Amino acid sequence: MREMIKMVVVLTLLSAFSGGLLAAVRVGTKDQIENQELKFVKGPVIMQIFKGASNDPVKDRFKISDGDIERIFFVGIFDGKASRVILETSSSGFADTLGLMLGIDVDDDKIMSAGVTTHKETPGLGAKAATDPSWITQFKGISVLNEIKVTNDGGEINAISGATVTSRAVCLAATDAGKIYSRLKPQILEKLKDFTK
Amino acid sequence: MAKSITSEFTKGLWNEIPPFRLVLGLCPVLGVTTTMQNGLGMGLATTFVLICSNILVSALRNLIPGKVRIACFIIIIATFVTVVELAMQAYAYQLFQQLGMFIPLIVVNCIVLGRAEAFAFKNNVMLSAADGLGMGIGFTLSLGALGGVREIIGTGTFYGASLFGPSFQPFSFMVQAPGAFVCLGLMLCIMNMFGSK
Repeated sequence: MREMIKMVVVLTLLSAFSGGLLAAVRVGTKDQIENQELKFVKGPVIMQIFKGASNDPVKDRFKISDGDIERIFFVGIFDGKASRVILETSSSGFADTLGLMLGIDVDDDKIMSAGVTTHKETPGLGAKAATDPSWITQFKGISVLNEIKVTNDGGEINAISGATVTSRAVCLAATDAGKIYSRLKPQILEKLKDFTK
Repeated sequence: MAKSITSEFTKGLWNEIPPFRLVLGLCPVLGVTTTMQNGLGMGLATTFVLICSNILVSALRNLIPGKVRIACFIIIIATFVTVVELAMQAYAYQLFQQLGMFIPLIVVNCIVLGRAEAFAFKNNVMLSAADGLGMGIGFTLSLGALGGVREIIGTGTFYGASLFGPSFQPFSFMVQAPGAFVCLGLMLCIMNMFGSK
């Protein structure tokens, strides 16, 4: 019986110590990890969407709380006016979650450009959504206020052949981004004023 | 038999060098050594885990009940592995992206558990630290060497720097999984030729 108690006590203490240490390290590295992700995963996509912007969109960002979730928006300044934002949404792709960055022009609510960030789609098929820039340009100029669909479902996006699931996932993420955007638009416009100088 | 710190340290460098002499922990050895940088990064991460877990296991060896020692070792090792993972994510994100899945897999690396069970649980803190350091450096050097050979032949670069110029046709078999086995086998063979066992 005594041995039993000793086992339980030692294991509990060890787990508690381990939990405490990990929590401390996690808190200590959280911001740094967020920065690294921005720099290496999202950064290149953001820069590509906002090609020609006069500011550093990775640095110029703001957060708006949407219910329980905090959404991050990246700001692009074109011709001295902060009129374009990027927001990231996700949907479930063919394998794992697919992350999409959508650049929206707030003047006419149209998509200026888009880019897939995190994904684990099939190389050569679904992965084209991320690697083939000509496919994603189809989203350019489409209004985000309506639902975005592939042609099979009566929409205007030509699906990647052999990867309808991935194409639908991208459309779903884009539609989702559109809904969030129209819901938060007043706040977005308010925040953008601070960036126009 | 009196054990000296020096002999415990140096045995990890040649007589019991982990992947080649003990033939332990082959999963990361084969998996990540596609380039020298990956090999060294993985080796350093494992070294840190080895030293910390050896010291802690050795310090607690009189407190840990024999029947649950493996569970305690796993808690200790897993804690340090997660610390390494978070630290790498925060400060060496590109390496983290390269190594990916193999970092959490250090938990089940037989070398780490093997040294905790076979050495640290029976010896004092100083000796265990020396053992961990020696084994870790031996592991790092082995991975670096294997990675270096595979990188030179497989991609024609050495630590990222091009060696042979554009006319070199890389022997890409060496950076794929079968090449890892062939290369490891040849290196084991060479080690056995020179070493007196």
